[in-house]
Amino acid sequence: MGAQKKGATRFSEDPEELARVPLQAILLADSFTTKFRPITLDRPKVLLPLVNVPMINYTLAWLESAGVEEVIVFCCAHSKQVINYLESSEWFSHPNFSVMTIESHNSISAGDALRLIYERNVIQGDFVLISGDTVSNMSLTQVLKEHKERKKKDSNAIMTMIIKRSKSSSIIQQSRLGTDELFMAIDPNTKQLLYYEDKADHSKGAICLDKLLLTDNPSISLHNDKQDCYIDICSPEVLSLFTDNFDYQHLRRHFVKGLLVDDIMGYKVFTHEIHSNYAARIDNFRSYGSISKDIIQRWTYPFVPDVKFFGNSAIKLERQGMYRASDVVQSRSAEVGSFTVIGNGTRIGNNTKISNSVVGEGCTIGSNVSIEGSYIWDNVIIEDGCKLMHSIVCDGVVIKSGAVLDPGVVLSFKVIIGQQFVVPSYSKVSLFQQPTKQDSDEELEYADNSSGIVENSSMADTVDKSNGQLTSELLDEECGPTYELGTGGVGYIWSICEGSHEEEWRHSIAPIPADKLAEAMQTTDDDLELLTQDGSVLPPSGELKPDSNYSDDNEDPRDVSIYFEKEVEATFLRAVHENIKEDNVILEVNSLRLSYNKLFTDCAGAIFYSLMKLALETPHSSPSELCNSTMDVVTKWKKLLKSYLTDIDEQIEVIQKFEEICLESAKEFSPLFSKILFHLYDKDLIQEDAILKWDDEKKNADEADKVFVKQSEKFIQWLREAPEEDDEEEDEEE
Amino acid sequence: MDFQVVVLAGGTSKNLIPLVSKEVPKALLPVANRPVLSYVLEHLEQSNLKDLIVVVEGQEAAALVGNWISGAYVDRLHVEVAAVPEDVGTAGSLRAIAHHLTAKDIMVVSGDLVSDVPPGAVAAAHRRHDAVVTAMLSSAPVSGPSESGSSTGKDKTKKPGRYNIIGLDPTRQFLLYIATGAEVEKDIRIQKSILRAVGQMEIRADLMDAHLYAFKRSVLQEVLDQKDTFHSLKQDVLPYLVRSQLKSEVLLNGAPQAEENGNQKVNSQSNQVTLSGILANASTPSFHQLSGLGTNGSTRRTHKCCVYIADNSKYCLRLNSIQAFSDINRDVIGEASRLSGYSFSPQNNIIHPSAELGLKTTVGPHCMLGEGSQMGDKCSVKRSVIGRHCRIGSNVKVANSVIMNHVTIGDGCSIQGSVICSNVQLQERVNLKDCQVGAGFVVTAGSDCKGEALAKKEK
Repeated sequence: MGAQKKGATRFSEDPEELARVPLQAILLADSFTTKFRPITLDRPKVLLPLVNVPMINYTLAWLESAGVEEVIVFCCAHSKQVINYLESSEWFSHPNFSVMTIESHNSISAGDALRLIYERNVIQGDFVLISGDTVSNMSLTQVLKEHKERKKKDSNAIMTMIIKRSKSSSIIQQSRLGTDELFMAIDPNTKQLLYYEDKADHSKGAICLDKLLLTDNPSISLHNDKQDCYIDICSPEVLSLFTDNFDYQHLRRHFVKGLLVDDIMGYKVFTHEIHSNYAARIDNFRSYGSISKDIIQRWTYPFVPDVKFFGNSAIKLERQGMYRASDVVQSRSAEVGSFTVIGNGTRIGNNTKISNSVVGEGCTIGSNVSIEGSYIWDNVIIEDGCKLMHSIVCDGVVIKSGAVLDPGVVLSFKVIIGQQFVVPSYSKVSLFQQPTKQDSDEELEYADNSSGIVENSSMADTVDKSNGQLTSELLDEECGPTYELGTGGVGYIWSICEGSHEEEWRHSIAPIPADKLAEAMQTTDDDLELLTQDGSVLPPSGELKPDSNYSDDNEDPRDVSIYFEKEVEATFLRAVHENIKEDNVILEVNSLRLSYNKLFTDCAGAIFYSLMKLALETPHSSPSELCNSTMDVVTKWKKLLKSYLTDIDEQIEVIQKFEEICLESAKEFSPLFSKILFHLYDKDLIQEDAILKWDDEKKNADEADKVFVKQSEKFIQWLREAPEEDDEEEDEEE
Repeated sequence: MDFQVVVLAGGTSKNLIPLVSKEVPKALLPVANRPVLSYVLEHLEQSNLKDLIVVVEGQEAAALVGNWISGAYVDRLHVEVAAVPEDVGTAGSLRAIAHHLTAKDIMVVSGDLVSDVPPGAVAAAHRRHDAVVTAMLSSAPVSGPSESGSSTGKDKTKKPGRYNIIGLDPTRQFLLYIATGAEVEKDIRIQKSILRAVGQMEIRADLMDAHLYAFKRSVLQEVLDQKDTFHSLKQDVLPYLVRSQLKSEVLLNGAPQAEENGNQKVNSQSNQVTLSGILANASTPSFHQLSGLGTNGSTRRTHKCCVYIADNSKYCLRLNSIQAFSDINRDVIGEASRLSGYSFSPQNNIIHPSAELGLKTTVGPHCMLGEGSQMGDKCSVKRSVIGRHCRIGSNVKVANSVIMNHVTIGDGCSIQGSVICSNVQLQERVNLKDCQVGAGFVVTAGSDCKGEALAKKEK
């Protein structure tokens, strides 16, 4: 650790020195999502085996080969497991490649992670931001050079995203990695990213680009055929931006989009497209499957099973993309098909057929088993006559004879499937019961995740402590699981929540069923139909829609003003009770004004209302006492009120507000109206022009509205006469 | 070539008042002393497109245009002049002459287009892709005219240099998106479906729809019949076809093919795919076919909207505003002199042999002096066109202006950046800057005008 400590503390402001800082990378060893549950309840995602090698090794090996010198591994969920793994691995002993870990227990998003890293002050220059589930073999030289040159010319160019050409299916609108289709607008000359939409709102049939984009660029390229590799070259400003914007959570959804819409700071994001190299991130089960296949088919060379790129045991490559470890015990009659990996110490029984699959180490596979497109991890026991289709089977699972796994099944650690049991499609089976609170809602993902972490660690602890016992305990205590998974089965089938059921097939490793495809085709057809119909009614393709939506979104303005008044009142009362300075109150009210989109007149009204309410609540026995306390309050907060009464309109607003108070909320004030009005005049809060104008406006009003005008008739009369005298005096003086 | 050409010559465009009048419809406005329509007609003639229908708005204007054409082109072109009511729009004009249209493909060109982009190239691109519509795009002029939507004259004040927003596929052969008119100034809304089909779209703001289209006749007529609210080709028909290209509502090649599609004869469909793939010079089928092919063998009808993008070196401008009128006149005797069809003198100007110049009078380069015009002493003419039989006094300065025929100009006048229509009389010492003077107007001696339109009161 000593070496890393040095790296961490050494920093310099000198640009010469900065130019020579080692290339750093931030590796987020937590995806901050729940897509790999229930597997990730036991083990962090980055340690899950990908073609028999924990994922994080692909990322680290690539970073090392790409010339990164320091990697900061940020661990959050199951941080102990990650740190222990790294410590026991060879990564800490490489000569020119240092790995340091930062541990956190309360980060719930990438944003939190980056804020924490910023606080640690370990980043000295441009860095590579990557998550620990990325597989790539690209070279960073070119993109780093581009990034540096851009940064030199334009200090606002703070990030370069790596993208890769990959056409997502136009029918199901997702890429082969199972991620949602991505729409990007890129300036073809500068490669600046202008628009980014990944969480596609499928109901919206159109992309709306700001017209201002075209004023700067004569042409824009709009892409639907690119895939985001989630590899970013960032300047150090990125970290401080996350710190400044504490609500940035997601790297893309908040940070990138935030930069794109923010035209004040003018930060720019650029893209770099890779053509012949590989880069992809494991986001969900489907991408797990796709990337595994890519590795087996050697797209990720040199990170393939038969190359020792890290402490893995090299496996021999045979014909047709078959990889077999040296001591595999395989029956003569067993058929191992193409693009299959068989790990060390695995035994395969008679007449068993395996194709397009990965089998881990120490597995025992019985006779007459058929395994197709599945990922079987270590020490799995599959008894005779089982049938596995496109499934993921974690460590220590036992599948008893004759059981069938339908496509898309995920069996988490140490689950036991009973004899002859048929696990239905897309089931997820775990020893843990499904957390009752399961939100599929994207927005709640983070919050949900945080609760998940706590839960995880406690659960993981139990597993660690009791290991084998747990199974028996579960068996004793619960009869539910036995029933659920057939005779002798252990585990819970997680129910799929309502909303996501439809989408389950999208992210599963199973191929997309034909009926879903047909269904999706139909919807695209319908969408098109809608579009053209829309178009013929409204020639400028539905341009009216956004407007109408906009007005719908707007809350009732009345409601808003009530909220606003309440907020101002609360602020004011706090100021009274906690003796806050007027300046600070003004500041707070101003910020409220901005957030509610109000005018200064509204502030004046609201503050006056709060003052009167305070006066009313002061204990009083007679109207004169009330009058006195009102005057006290007004005198005390004169400065606050004054700062909002600079304009005649604001003063009139206050008078009208006062009328309203007298008529509606506090009738006690009505006899005191003229007195208080005079007091306000006396204190220079309301000028005579305002009172006279108010009087003028009331001239044509109903008799009922004139009550207060009449009450203050004398005062107004006096006002009308007085100024003339003043003027005359002045004239005479002249 | 089985192409019928429809030239939409417009009528008396409101944009061009006071230059146009009952006597001089838009089509007959002179550009370098030739009616603007002659540029289109001769240009088409060069591409061997001789079967023309000229559509003019208004009976009187049609008669004028017809007279002129029969005089000028009687033995060269086969021209039919059709009159349509005013304000029917470009789509309405085509509806009105629908019974004349018989060819497989129709080329529609605006009569005010001054261009040297070969229409034959547009026609070829249209045929190669078997497109329902092919539009010619040219790079938008940097300064100059404000675009009017169509000949109906919806003049919108716009930023210069922004005429259309156009979405193209990466090969720049297909038109995926077009915004015209008021839409140009709005946010760009692009259908996701087309982007999904094509993968990548290039959005350009520096191209202009030059109003030269090739249409498949059956499609054009069907759209015009079904959508009777469509008023303009540019603003209604073209955007509609572009929008619906992945979900075609029109029958391609008439009824027989539709039946074929209905019966889901996958074989013939795939044959067709390869055939048009070869025709399109592409090794892979175009995105239209790919997106049209379903997984279960059913097909969705698609159609293609193509573009022909004129080379930057070509000239292409429409005479649809006063500014454009001045620009085109200036260009045709200046930078784009190849269009004028005249041969220039060594001084780079054209002075008719019968024109008379006084003592110490200079006519600079890029100028034109028409037949029988006379100029007094000590005059100077720069970058201007002077028509036939004008009588110009002494000490007159003309710069960046267009003077039509039979104009009388008194001594000591100065004319800059102005347009003087036929039979105008300028008395002595008139000073005009950026003015337009309508036909037959008399400008009194010593007047000094700037940026005004002077014309007789309409009867």
